[in-house]
Amino acid sequence: MGNTCKPFRKTSLHYCRFRRCWSPDQQPQIEQSEIPIAMGQQTTNIPFQSPQKKVNLVYISPTMPNLDNNNSRRDFLKRSTAIAALTIASPVLAKAAENDEKIAALFEQMPLRLEVNGVAHSLSIEPRVTLLDLLREQLHLMGTKKGCDHGQCGACTVHVDGKRINSCLSLAVMNEGKKITTIEGLANGDKLHPMQEAFIKHDGFQCGYCTPGQIMSAVCCVKEGHANTPDEIREFMSGNICRCGAYPNIVDAIMEVAPILKNY
Amino acid sequence: MINFDYIRTSTAKAAVDAKTKNASSQFIAGGTNLVDLMKKGVTSPEKIIDINGLPLKQITADAKGILIGALALNSEVAEHPIIKSKYPLLAAALNAGASAQLRNMATVGGNMMQRTRCSYFYDIAMPCNKREPGSGCGALQGQNRMHAVFGASSKCIAVHPSDMCVALAALDATVHITGPKGDRKMLFTDFHRLPGETPELDNNLQKGELITGIHIPANPFNKTHYLKIRDRASYAFALVSVAVALEVSGNTINNAKLAMGGVAHKPWRLTGVEKFLTGKPATKETFTAAAEIAMEGAATFGHNNFKVKMGKAAVAEALQQAAQKI
Repeated sequence: MGNTCKPFRKTSLHYCRFRRCWSPDQQPQIEQSEIPIAMGQQTTNIPFQSPQKKVNLVYISPTMPNLDNNNSRRDFLKRSTAIAALTIASPVLAKAAENDEKIAALFEQMPLRLEVNGVAHSLSIEPRVTLLDLLREQLHLMGTKKGCDHGQCGACTVHVDGKRINSCLSLAVMNEGKKITTIEGLANGDKLHPMQEAFIKHDGFQCGYCTPGQIMSAVCCVKEGHANTPDEIREFMSGNICRCGAYPNIVDAIMEVAPILKNY
Repeated sequence: MINFDYIRTSTAKAAVDAKTKNASSQFIAGGTNLVDLMKKGVTSPEKIIDINGLPLKQITADAKGILIGALALNSEVAEHPIIKSKYPLLAAALNAGASAQLRNMATVGGNMMQRTRCSYFYDIAMPCNKREPGSGCGALQGQNRMHAVFGASSKCIAVHPSDMCVALAALDATVHITGPKGDRKMLFTDFHRLPGETPELDNNLQKGELITGIHIPANPFNKTHYLKIRDRASYAFALVSVAVALEVSGNTINNAKLAMGGVAHKPWRLTGVEKFLTGKPATKETFTAAAEIAMEGAATFGHNNFKVKMGKAAVAEALQQAAQKI
């Protein structure tokens, strides 16, 4: 094997799916034993496996036989950008892999329309961008927090069409046409939402990092009708972890505001 | 996360065609397990086929039972009035699983399709026959507290983490499937696999096949209970869980269905216990004897030895709790 992903062009090009850059065409052959495992290394040891076992890093090119051939958008882009890259933008591309990255990212974007806190957005994003990253990195709504990024802590909780979800596990492209509400959209101008007021009154936080997620989750917990007893609240708020342990105050806040919120 | 192609489909045929054409493609519904696995680098499909546009969200009930569309959300099913009144075991199991946020994303079909897994499957630095066939099993000699006590093989000792599936196994559900060769049905208890020599396969779906729904037959059970024992009070995988459905008249058990979670690579149906319970009085003695039968043949791996004792206690307790229900 010995294929490496080099940033420079030779005669023909292939797009490396793993490094996300263009690589010289050396007709790679994929074998069962070869596992694409890391970026930028040709071979590596897999720890805890057989220590001597070398695993080749392979890159997958559009000529790889087992790729689908139904003229997907991606395949089209791979082919067309290879030509375009050579003819139009070669001075830029020759610079470094960094630029390849940017250009590749540009071509891999998809259109997305959604509404966030009442504002309609028409965006262009990569399919792998999560709703959480879209909100924070592109729309600069930093209220929604990235905690574990794996759906275990609830810091990223937002409402999608009125339902609370973990935005870290939702691909942004899957939210086409949806209405998203984040913590920034909860208050009515300067007037805080009753749940926000209750959290302040009951001191329902310490460091505050989990708080936006707790509040977004709490609003839905009440709306779903699961805020009738402290036990029920604890059960239906279990997807929101508070590392500071402000749970008793959070439960107090929800208990107090639940009757008001039912008619809110 | 390694990037991928993303397409939306609006018909089952288009989804199945797309999946059949590309061996490295995956359906996505809620994405709660798949996106997580992709972030960890455990899986990296070339193509993601979004099936949320398919008309598979309906829940329809008739005298014969209830048909739940594969795309019905876990939370919608748990809150459905007919599920709550006629299939409370399923509602209880659903509410015992994951968190409110995840239940709002996860679908019934996706819940079934979540990977049977353990921490070694998730850690790409460690060997795992399920993630990388032939690489070995880290759990056999490693941390195996959460692992299987029934039906494991030398290749894999992971457990299926679903609660919903435990209830569906007990309730004799049927899986409705469509695929390149047309529609078919499969008993729910035949859907998931034991690891055997091929732990990379979690279920018996064939290439390109898609779950369209779950049918649960109408049942005579008047006493049901789902008991889940876990490391914290909520939002954790089961160490052991038990789904019990009993038809009791007077004090006699006419009909019993039981399944366990957290003990095997698939929801573990307790047919031996069911036979034993039929015709017996619903007493503590019966339940204790049933619990002994439930854990017969359990094989442990060190850290999970406790599951035998815990399993017995859980089966007895779940039966007791069910019997006490009015």
